[in-house]
Amino acid sequence: MDPFEDTLRQLRGAFNTGRTRPAEFRAAQLRGLGRFLEDNKQLLQDALAQDLHKSAFESEVSEIAISQGEVTLALRNLRAWMKDQRVPKNLATQLDSAFIRKEPFGLVLIVAPWNYPLNLTLVPLVGALAAGNCVVLKPSEISTSVEKVLAEVLPRYLDQSCFAVVLGGPQEMAQLLEHKFDYIFFTGSPRVGRIVMTAAAKHLTPVTLELGGKNPCYVDDNCDPQTVANRVAWFRYFNAGQTCVAPDYILCSPETQERLLPALQSAITRFYGDDPQSSPNLGRIINQKQFQRLRALLGCGRVAIGGQPTVLVDVQEMEPVMQEEIFGPILPIVSVRSLDEAVDFINRREKPLALYAFSNSSQVVKRVLARTSSGGFCGNDGFMHLTLASLPFGGVGASGMGRYHGKFSFDTFSHHRACLLRSPGMEKVNALRYPPHSQRNLRVLLVAMEARCCSCTLL
Amino acid sequence: MSKIGDAVQRARAAFASGRTRPLQFRVQQLEALRRMTQERRQDIAGALAADLHKNEWNSYYEEVVYVLEEIDHMIEKLPEWAADEPVEKTPQTQQDEAYIHSEPLGVVLIIGAWNYPFNLTIQPMVGAIAAGNAVVLKPSELSENVANLLATIIPQYLDKDLFPVINGGVPETTEVLKERFDHILYTGGTGVGKIIMTAAAKHLTPVTLELGGKSPCYVDKNCDLDVACRRVAWGKFMNSGQTCVAPDYILCDPSIQNQIVEKLKKSLKEFYGEDARKSRDYGRIINARHFQRVMALIEGQKVALGGTGDAATRYIAPTILTDVDPQAPVMQEEIFGPVLPIVCVCGLEEAVQFINQREKPLALYVFSNNDKVIKKMIAETSSGGVTANDVIAHITVHTLPFGGVGYSGMGSYHGKKSFETFSHRRSCLVRSLLSEEALKARYPPGQAKVTWH
Repeated sequence: MDPFEDTLRQLRGAFNTGRTRPAEFRAAQLRGLGRFLEDNKQLLQDALAQDLHKSAFESEVSEIAISQGEVTLALRNLRAWMKDQRVPKNLATQLDSAFIRKEPFGLVLIVAPWNYPLNLTLVPLVGALAAGNCVVLKPSEISTSVEKVLAEVLPRYLDQSCFAVVLGGPQEMAQLLEHKFDYIFFTGSPRVGRIVMTAAAKHLTPVTLELGGKNPCYVDDNCDPQTVANRVAWFRYFNAGQTCVAPDYILCSPETQERLLPALQSAITRFYGDDPQSSPNLGRIINQKQFQRLRALLGCGRVAIGGQPTVLVDVQEMEPVMQEEIFGPILPIVSVRSLDEAVDFINRREKPLALYAFSNSSQVVKRVLARTSSGGFCGNDGFMHLTLASLPFGGVGASGMGRYHGKFSFDTFSHHRACLLRSPGMEKVNALRYPPHSQRNLRVLLVAMEARCCSCTLL
Repeated sequence: MSKIGDAVQRARAAFASGRTRPLQFRVQQLEALRRMTQERRQDIAGALAADLHKNEWNSYYEEVVYVLEEIDHMIEKLPEWAADEPVEKTPQTQQDEAYIHSEPLGVVLIIGAWNYPFNLTIQPMVGAIAAGNAVVLKPSELSENVANLLATIIPQYLDKDLFPVINGGVPETTEVLKERFDHILYTGGTGVGKIIMTAAAKHLTPVTLELGGKSPCYVDKNCDLDVACRRVAWGKFMNSGQTCVAPDYILCDPSIQNQIVEKLKKSLKEFYGEDARKSRDYGRIINARHFQRVMALIEGQKVALGGTGDAATRYIAPTILTDVDPQAPVMQEEIFGPVLPIVCVCGLEEAVQFINQREKPLALYVFSNNDKVIKKMIAETSSGGVTANDVIAHITVHTLPFGGVGYSGMGSYHGKKSFETFSHRRSCLVRSLLSEEALKARYPPGQAKVTWH
């Protein structure tokens, strides 16, 4: 029995009635989402604390406030985003009306991961609703407390003929992916990203894949080690390292490593106290499986700062900790002798989701930027670039395809339809395009080719 | 390693050398492409004539001119498009630099189609080069002469390592698809589109798929039928109907069907004479398989004009079918031939329903003097693009993106959209190490309530 068949059919039916098209409907959905966040703040904070031991602070800045911010932004700009976008015309179409119309795709599937279970579900949802789609949400079954709130409480705030939450593990996901969607938005690992894209190919469904990778963090000799340590440590150990854009490993010279280690220790102690396990500010690994995976990664290099959080040194390129995205509170430091070596190291590997460079010299920062590629980049800080809705958030290569946040979300979930409205008049202008293309016309053509005057198209 | 693998590796190494980064290099390559198109236009026209019976006029006005325009437009705009794009900053990032930085993706694969074999291979290539990529071209083997010509002339004008041309049929295409690319642009049919996307998924390669479908053409009772029929006839029978955005079939009220037929006949006579076979301007079907396929679609239908063909020359007469049953084979697949079915519907509502029961097409056409009819048709349907009161024209405006939706495709290109499609637009925030005092409040344990927005 296919548990999703009925739900999907109903949602598609609802979409076909046109209910989600008017701006008023979409705004009402967005306001509902806003109220969900306001009314249930405590409930959500509790759920996030249960799933990931998130502090109230982390929950607020990285999950609740950011989702609220996107709702507010979408509400404020909805009508502007929905408007037909006029485009400049060429000579032949001067008297016509040419514009790009934004249309919903139809039935959209959003699949979210467990590390920021609220943010990575709701922020895409804002875009999908604003763009006028009907939405199926598949939260992660691993962050069980948040999943429960999303499944039981969220639907009460939205029009349930146009929105549904579906639950389940890998088996249910596979079943779900056999169905046709008009767009799939997936956040998770590259491995599952391939599975999603392969399933999408069967129905020619366009996708946005927000994946991951190892985000390098280059630290130049010319810097203040304590400042760098503060920034790297905070972004690295935020959410116990379970962040797709966290700095994954450091690249620096041995001299800088020596300066960084005490600075990192100082930062860690200041942030999490002498007994980090009892700190309310340090998150928890989501489950046993991930915990064991991380433990295994520690079996190499040398522990320079022990316990949780950990800093490893003398790490070799081929060791497990340098072969997979860490996604935990472990920070390896890899020695390089120069910027060139660091850049070569980075470019030998898959394009990451984020890339960081720390230096007092903006030239050095810019050079790292210019000679590498990554989804996004921040010079001299951690993933602050995500906090600007005016910057698109997405990967490249193995770290993903497509992007969102702010208006980019709206555009991602919209089909951009090219429209040209002509008049039946002006037929004389079209005359040259019709056959027969006599010798006379051919001469005109050759003259046009030689002259290459502006816009010689006849259409 | 195979020849194909070698060529792709060389392109990758050439890209890694960094020589495509400077704008000057890209502009030089584009200028060389332009020179190639102009200097070799006779050869190009000859190949198009051999493959599709196109004459010089068709070659220029249906293929070459758009490539030249695209090159000119790209060269002119490249400095602007390639420049860093500053973005609006938040209160917390006022002192920082925030911008979007455009970068090449790497090695792009462009798989061309056989119906506009020059344009559909080279026009996408223009955008890929402008964005700083290496480009592997795989022209369609069905338009053999153009494929062979491109393999000869491209290396004569462009960088030999960066822009290899790979020719061959299904085995070679399959082999190429095993390689890893940073973007694949494919123009062709829906079935192969799925195969391409599945192959791309293995490497997490983003794709642009320019596919097809049945592009409907609704002719309202209230319109200038002379003009409408002339425009439809022109767009439908161009290249013997082998155009992805040709009006595939007409939807109209039964009361105007006869008039439409008469006016179409009149226009076709003006265009191609009494016997289109003798016209220098009328095309031929690409090969025997497609000839038979299209001829089979005519069987059993009510033929108002044409309906005949000559297998030896792959000529099919301009054909109009009337009172076509929506269940007939001719209404089940994209025709891609000079056969124009007319399906009768009673009014706009029924036309809209008819269209929405089917897959989203690449193009949609509506002819009416009544703006409300046009607006309603657009509002209640979806398609890659739309032209009202004409056909095909929307794809010639380079500020409009050209692409499909649903089964007619994903992604788009032309003009700036090409540049964006073949670029990675990387978000950049550059801060300073000097502002640490101000940032101390964000760290634990005593974190102040910080807002990031």
